[in-house]
Formats: sequence, C-alpha cells, structure tokens
Amino acid sequence: MSVAGITETVQYLTFKLADEIFALDVAKVREILEITNITKVPQTPDFMRGVINLRGSVVPVIDMRLKFGMSATEQTVNTCIIVVEVNMDGDTTILGALADSVQEVVEMEPESIEAAPHIGARLNTDFIKGMGKVDSRFVMILDIDKVFSSNELADLGQGSQSSDKF
Amino acid sequence: MEQAIATYKEEAGELLAELETSLLELEETPEDNDLINRVFRAMHTIKGSGAMFGFDEIATFTHEVETVFDMVRNGKMTVTKRLLDLTLKSRDHIAYLLGCPIGEEVDRSPGDEIISGLRQLVPQLEMPQKGSTEVPAINLPGLSEEELSNECTWRIRFRPLPNILICGTNPISLINELRELGTAHVVAQFDEIPQIDELVAENCYIYWDIILTTSRGEDAIKDVFIFVEDDCDIKIELIDKSGLIDRDEGYKKLGDILVERGDLSPVEMQKVLMLQKRFGELLVEQGIVSPEKVQSALVEQQHVKGVRKERGEAPQAEAAASIRVPAERLDQLINLVGEMVTVQAHLTQVSMAGGDPTFIAISEEVERLTNELRDTALNIRMLPIGSTFSKFKRLVRDLSSELGKEIDMETFGGDTELDKTVIEKLNDPLVHIIRNSIDHGIEMPEARKAAGKPSNGTVYLGAEHSGDSVLITIRDNGGGLDRDTIRAKAIEKGLISATAEISDREIYAQIFAPGFSTAAKVTSVSGRGVGMDVVKRGIDGLRGSISVDSVRGTGTTITLKIPLTLAIIDSLLVKIGKDHFVLPLAAIEECVELTREDIKNSHGRNLANVRGVIIPYIPLRQHFLITDQRPEIEQIVIADIHGTKVGFVVDHVVGEHQTVIKSLGKMYRDVRGVSGATILGDGTVALILDMGVLLQSVEELENAGV
Repeated sequence: MSVAGITETVQYLTFKLADEIFALDVAKVREILEITNITKVPQTPDFMRGVINLRGSVVPVIDMRLKFGMSATEQTVNTCIIVVEVNMDGDTTILGALADSVQEVVEMEPESIEAAPHIGARLNTDFIKGMGKVDSRFVMILDIDKVFSSNELADLGQGSQSSDKF
Repeated sequence: MEQAIATYKEEAGELLAELETSLLELEETPEDNDLINRVFRAMHTIKGSGAMFGFDEIATFTHEVETVFDMVRNGKMTVTKRLLDLTLKSRDHIAYLLGCPIGEEVDRSPGDEIISGLRQLVPQLEMPQKGSTEVPAINLPGLSEEELSNECTWRIRFRPLPNILICGTNPISLINELRELGTAHVVAQFDEIPQIDELVAENCYIYWDIILTTSRGEDAIKDVFIFVEDDCDIKIELIDKSGLIDRDEGYKKLGDILVERGDLSPVEMQKVLMLQKRFGELLVEQGIVSPEKVQSALVEQQHVKGVRKERGEAPQAEAAASIRVPAERLDQLINLVGEMVTVQAHLTQVSMAGGDPTFIAISEEVERLTNELRDTALNIRMLPIGSTFSKFKRLVRDLSSELGKEIDMETFGGDTELDKTVIEKLNDPLVHIIRNSIDHGIEMPEARKAAGKPSNGTVYLGAEHSGDSVLITIRDNGGGLDRDTIRAKAIEKGLISATAEISDREIYAQIFAPGFSTAAKVTSVSGRGVGMDVVKRGIDGLRGSISVDSVRGTGTTITLKIPLTLAIIDSLLVKIGKDHFVLPLAAIEECVELTREDIKNSHGRNLANVRGVIIPYIPLRQHFLITDQRPEIEQIVIADIHGTKVGFVVDHVVGEHQTVIKSLGKMYRDVRGVSGATILGDGTVALILDMGVLLQSVEELENAGV
C-alpha cells in the first residue's frame, strides 16, 4: 500500500523530536548546523525561536517541538538546526528547524510508506505525508512545505501569549 | 545574437527615454537646436541599430519620423504642439514595436496613422515620395564616427581690448564656453601686463591662447565670441584635422608653430637653431619670445599629440568610459562588501582586545580600506533621480490634457543621486501623488481664474540632499486640502475620535489610510482611495517618511524623506539584557542616563526630565518582554521622530556601528517595530529597530488601554 504523491524511492533524513522519529525528504535539506546563538525577535510566537547568522544571511529558526505541541527544545550536545528549503507561497525560503538530534539518511520504497492515520497521531495530519518504517520503528514523514506555509505560521502566531501587550 | 538583441532593446529603451525628455523640453523651448539634434540623434540611432538587429518595423517607422525631424533640423519646418504630440506617440509606438517579437505580425495601424499625420505637417513641396524612402544602412557607431571625422583642432588667440572688463564681459566665461565645445587647453599670456605704476586696475592686459579640438566647426567657435567681436582681437586657425594630415608624421616642431603663429620669424628661428641648445629655453634666453609664448606652443604640441593618440585609441577608450553591468552583479558586490564590513568589525574587536600595536595598526588600515570600498560600492549603484522626473513630465502632460486642465511641471534637483533600487521603488508612490495633485489639487482653469490665480497650475517636483536622506518634494499650487472634510471623513471612518484635538499635520496624514477618499465621485484618474495607501506602503518599505503641508486655496506640499541607500546605514548599537539592538543613527539626538531615582521621582510615569524638558520614553525591556534583571542605571536614547522627541530606554549603549541591513524574510513580515537585522562582529544577529513604528504601536496600545 502506498501514498498518493510518493511514487519513487526517495532518500529521507531522519531526526528525533523528543523520542519520536521524523523524516524529511533529503532534497529539501540544505545543511545541518550545530546549535548557535539564536536572536529572538520580540513579539513573535514562542515556536519562532528567532534568527541566526548563516554565513552572512539572516535565517529564521523554528522550534519544531513547540510547533508540534511538545515541550520546548532543551539544548544538549546533540541539538542541531536542520536548514531546509521551504516553498512558501511560491517562493523558496531558507529556514532552520530545531531538532533534538539528527539520525541518518535512509531510503524508503513507496510501498513501505503508508498514509497517516487520521486519529491517534497527536499531530495535524496535514503536516504528514505518510508513515514509513525503519528498523521496525515508525517514522513520520513530514510535508515540510505545509508545516511552514505562511498561513500555518500566522495562525499559530495569534494564539501565542507573547504577542500580548505588556 | 540573442544577447545583442537584448542589449539593443535595453539601449533603445534608454534612447526612448532620452527622446521623451528631449521632446518634452522641446515643448518649452521649441527653438533649441541642441534639443532638436538630440531628438534626431536618438531616432537615428534607434533606426540604425534597429535595422542592424532585424527590427525592420522599427527601422522603417522611425525613418519616417526621422525624415520629418530632419526638416525641422534644417529649418524647413518649425516645432509645433501637433508635431510633438505625434512624435511622442511615435515614441510610444516604437516602444510597442520594441516589445513585439521579431518576425511576428505587428499592429501597424497606429504607426500608419502617426505617419500620415506627420506627412500632413510636412510642407507640400518637401513631401517625400512614398516608396523612395529606403532605409539607409547606417550602423550604430555611424554617428559618432561621423562626428569624430569632423573633429578638428583649432588654434585660437583671444586678445580682448583692455576695456573689455568695463563693458561687463567676463573673458573667463567665454573661455569656459569654449571648453564646453570640446577638449581645450588654455594658456594665459601675461607679457602685456605693464609695470605696477602704469597699471590701470580696470583694464584687461591678459590674452589667451586656446587649443581646442571640437567637432563643432569654426562657426560654433565664432558664436562664442559673437558678442565681443568688436571688443577683442580673435584669430582662429585650423591646425589639425583628422584625415587631413598624415597621422604617422609627428606634429610640427616648436619653432614651426611659433613661426606659423607669427611670434617668431623664420630668420630668427634659423639664427637660434644655430646655437643648438634646447630650443624653447634658448628662445626665452634670447628674449625673442616670452616664456609664456613658449609654454603655449609646448601646450599646443602636447595637445595635438594627445588628441591624435586618443583618436587612434578612440574605440577602446569609448568602451572603457562606461560599461554595462547586470544589476545582480552589483547586488552581489554590495553583499560581499556587507560581509566585509561585518568581518572588519570583528577584526577591530579582536585587535582591540589583543592590544598588539602592530595588529591594531593593520586592523585600522583594513577599516579605512573597507570604509572606502563600501562608499565606492554604494556609489556605483547611485543614479541621478532626473531620469524618473522626465517620465512624470509626460504623465502630467497627458493627464492634464485628458482632464482639460492647464498644468505645467517644474522640476529641480534632477541630478540628486539615489540608490538604484530606491529610485525604482519610488516610481509608483510618485505616480500616485502626482496624479492626485493633478486630479484633486489643481483646479479647472475657470475656477483658478475666479480665485485670482493664473489659469495654468504648476506641479513642482524636486529632490535635494539632507543629511543621509533625500527629500523629495511634490508641490502644487492648487486648491489645497480641505481640513474639515478630511477630519469629518476620518471621524466617520473611525480613524480619529470626534473629540480628539489633533494637529493639521495629523489630519492631513489621514489621507494615507487605505480606502480613504473624500472625492464625491470616482474618476478615471483617482478617487477610489487606493493611491495614497500605495504611497504610504511604498515609502514605508523604503524606511522613509511622508509629511503633508497644505494651505487652503494656495496648494499642497508633500515631502518624502527617503534614506540614501537600503544597504548600509550608520547606527547606534545598544544592549538590552543579552540581546543587541540597532537604532538608526540619523534620528538620534542624544543619550542620557536613567537612574532608579529618576524613575521613582516620576511616580512610575514614563517621563524623563532632560534639562528641564519633559520627554516621554518607551522602556524597550518591557515592550519586548525581556524578563531578566533590570540594571541599576539604564540609558535613554533620545530620538526625534517626525518632530516629537521620544526616548527609548536600553540597558547599555555600546557605540556607533556600521549596519549592513539584512531582511528578516517573509516569516517576520508582520512584526512591528523591527525593520530588519544585521550581523555583528562576533557573528550574532542584532535586530534593527524602527523607532517610528515602535512609537506608533505603543501609542496604539495605550490608546486601546484607556
């Protein structure tokens, strides 16, 4: 059984958020950075951690754990920033995503990927392309364009307490 | 070939813009031969290179228009409004043809219409036979070559009568006029100046030798002296003409020149030559010729040599004078320079910390170089704003005739330079402001007469430098804004409260609100309330500001204050908690301390007493919800925002900083008060604060809270 839109064998980068394993299409990943100084931009939602200096350009960083309703990422030696290219309203934007640790690059056959269940994933299923299996563990394959679509970011921004006035 | 075509299109675009400017200027001064020639040249080049690159439609069409202008040039026709109308339309048609792909069928009817219109203007006798007008094969550099081959070198001796100064003539300005004709070398001769006791201060004892290389011919030179012909002695001689004299042969010997000028007789020359010393020195020693005369002859020799050398290298020299560079390469350069500035800041920091004098010296040297590099790089992108002004002349001309109004446009400061991107982004806002001035500002001719004003209104458009900004002023002498109507409308729309006491300026500022229009009906030009909103957004995007002044019945002035460049600014680096922030230096006036004591004295109100003046402040720490410990002594950075003094409280002022502006990107586009980011010397990111917006958002929060 396969998922619509996944027809080829693709390489995926797997990473951990808390104990769960997620995966991203490698083609979307630009590079992986060690965690550096993140400058918070005032009056933005908590999951927008701030901006970093990526060789002279300013790149926003998103805390994926907060984005997916988990507790905020705590900094460890393994914490890293996955720099991804996201298609945002038709433009390619460079974003950093905080992850607890990066695992490996795996190949997954279309046949081994199943559609995300509508319930039980504790996640907005729009964000998930499908569920794959690596070494008998479930891997959630993210649709990164949807996670970072500007509507998503704007919606969440309204619910955050930090946009309140002082 | 494709690249050549792209270049042609680009060049033709520029030529069309020049054509438009010249035509509009011609409307004001129809007799100006220079302008007529410029129009002709532009069309000639468009035609010539058009034919070369296969734009046959353009070549054929432009040829027809050019034929008419040839007659104007030769004085067989005069410049009329009708002619200019048609020529402007031809310009548009050429622009249209330029946009059409080669080889495809194009709409010829507007072109044919223009041509038949033009033909009607041509005096009957001169009517060219249709069909006999084949496109001559003239290639692009044809004109300049033609000009070059006409280039001659003249020797002019300008000896004014002693009383020339009394007549009010300034010989220097005549010489400057000559300089404008071409390359000139001028030597003043002083040998006629008498002893001091005989000297009459009002007399001119000096005369000049001028060696001039120009393509303009003897008449042009004579024209310069036309008004002083009777008050001076002028000798004009042709001494070098391209193609006339064998180029391989060196120029005449010094002695020959002096003999030719009549400063030395051949016999004398022979005599001196016998002595076999350096000729010029000898002449002086012998007292036959004054040192100045020898100097002058030497200059002539060098000048002609120089001109010949240049002529030989002319094609390369022309190519090197200016090069066409794609804009993105310039952007890349600016980015690199930006990174350089960042690295340099880091270097300075490290060298200062290390304390090694050699190292500090090197880093200071690098700092100097980086600053120069930055200025040069930013300068490359600077363009005079005048090129956009001419577009607006056309807009005013077309719109005023459409609306039946009589409107002139006057511009000043067209040579004010601004960053290329800024100029491009200014275009839309300016269009809207000018349209508004024409539609709402300037009244109909009858109404103007009734109000005792001249029937034709004027729109002034000007630019000037002011610190690190450029002020762009759009002024009309129309009816002015109706304060009460705007106020009523703003209250109706809930933009201001009915009881609020607000200044005229603030009321006028309401016209920039989206959807705001006091126009009773929507015209084809304006009235939907969209335009001024576009202006506001456009100017905000440039980090600029707008102010409106208006006097009922006399006119409205809109002033745009635009930063010179979008790339790098001078700023003040401050610290709050662990975070660094950057405040643009332009608006900052001073920094003062704020102690706990002061805060206690003001009873929790955010007001500071600075030398007896009460200044409200915004505690940025609270505003940005930075939670850590507040220091004992804070700093207030006082800035002047649109005429109001406001303080911004920070923990610590670090110092001045060269800020390379980086965009925060789409994700942060809705964050208010932060206009961008910059990278500090240690690699961390600092946010650039927009003090105007910060003030506004705090005001809104407080108003909402009340």
